[in-house]
Amino acid sequence: MKKSIALLGFFVVITITSCGQKVDNEINTPKETDFRAELLVSDLQIPWGMEFLPDGGMLITEKSGEIILFKDGQKTLIENVPEVYYRGQGGLLDIRLHPNYANNGWIYLSYASEEGTEKGGHTAIARAKLSGNGLTDLQVLYKATPNTTKGQHFGSRIEFDTNGYLYFTIGERGERDVNPQDITRDGGKVYRLHDDGRIPSDNPFVNESGAKTAIFTYGNRNPQGMVRHPETGAIWIHEHGPRGGDEINIVESGVNYGWPVITYGINYSGTPITDKTEMEGMAQPIHYWVPSIAPSGMEFVTSDRYPGWKGNLLVGSLSFQYLERLELNGNTVTYREKLMEDIGRVRNVKQGLDGYIYVAVEGKGIYRLVPNS
Amino acid sequence: MKSFVFGYLICVAILAFNLQQDKELTESIKRGKAIYSDFCVTCHMEKGEGVMYTFPPLAKSDYLANKREASIRGVKYGQRGEITVNGVVYNNTMMPMGLEDEEIADVLNFVMNSWGNSQETPVTPEEVAQTGPR
Repeated sequence: MKKSIALLGFFVVITITSCGQKVDNEINTPKETDFRAELLVSDLQIPWGMEFLPDGGMLITEKSGEIILFKDGQKTLIENVPEVYYRGQGGLLDIRLHPNYANNGWIYLSYASEEGTEKGGHTAIARAKLSGNGLTDLQVLYKATPNTTKGQHFGSRIEFDTNGYLYFTIGERGERDVNPQDITRDGGKVYRLHDDGRIPSDNPFVNESGAKTAIFTYGNRNPQGMVRHPETGAIWIHEHGPRGGDEINIVESGVNYGWPVITYGINYSGTPITDKTEMEGMAQPIHYWVPSIAPSGMEFVTSDRYPGWKGNLLVGSLSFQYLERLELNGNTVTYREKLMEDIGRVRNVKQGLDGYIYVAVEGKGIYRLVPNS
Repeated sequence: MKSFVFGYLICVAILAFNLQQDKELTESIKRGKAIYSDFCVTCHMEKGEGVMYTFPPLAKSDYLANKREASIRGVKYGQRGEITVNGVVYNNTMMPMGLEDEEIADVLNFVMNSWGNSQETPVTPEEVAQTGPR
């Protein structure tokens, strides 16, 4: 009798705890917020990338091909910006400073480029230095091939880890059945290089015949968010799914993230892409969104200015036009909240050197989130 | 007899001309459909339904029917500011997609011949080329 009660008790306990592990995928809208959004830089069209200079200025990229220096309330256009292929989702995209910028002065850019023989363009990664109000010493570190006139999926976020590696994303350029699963082709990948463009000798496919050796992961669709985890140092990305199926993934060497073989999304037309959401040998996302929020921009809050948000993840939503805050327990999303509802297409979010959160909104500009207190 | 043959040849010529125009329009619509899937569908949606209050509908759109030049201009140069489509006010921004004039004509021909829309004459690359920014 005692044994069966114990056994029953055991089953009750594991049932309850397994229910407790179920992730709440619903988003919450707070009744009141303890911050206000101040429009700091106005009159911007598509502020895709932004960086903070040690002397207090900001560098902002306009997708149409401009780099704006914003300092002391003034905008200055930076000269000698490389020519960009302005087509669909492509243009001048991300901008990042080298982690040791104060000493070496390197600024990294991602953009759609027509460099090459075929008509059209593909993603290029370059670095340059700022001299006065112009770029100098431009070096193209990577140019994906072949060019195509398709307007989709350039990827283009840039991030550094703490070991001197440079990471960047390149989307599958609208060729989902050709690029992402093929490591001999560019597109649908996360890439890793040394900060000067050399291929790391321990990249996962350096010994694979015909492989693009800059590739670090494959089976990605179009990641427009990438950020280093402040504690683990791991590189986190999020990526656009088709219709539904946006994902958050943790980037690991040589991993296949499954697109388009497995996905939580369907075609825009409503027809299925595949009946599989998982497969042996392919990684599961740590979180996915259905319906799609169309994520762009990704940042962990480490600043003390937002006590309730420390350690949380911020993600911009293009399609639903809000900023999403996600609470995490390790790699599990435990709570989601909608901030800045209806602000506009949120393209980027970053924490500045001053500890404030900055949010880039298309058609508007850059907001600074100021806590009320 | 002569005038009959002459009249007959005129009819054949007109028929051939119209069939050729139809063929050109069919090809344009086909190209336009591919352009729509690449550049337009994520906002205006698969059946042109748009997103209420955010991205205007293209399906059965009174704006497309009544404002042909403005529609061409919007696709060519981008669209900003308030417009009213099917009774709903929209005030959002659409950036130009970097399309060539022929592509703009193609995608407009596709949209104007889909989802309850109609056009009196097809949009041509020449018409697009002649459409200025204001």
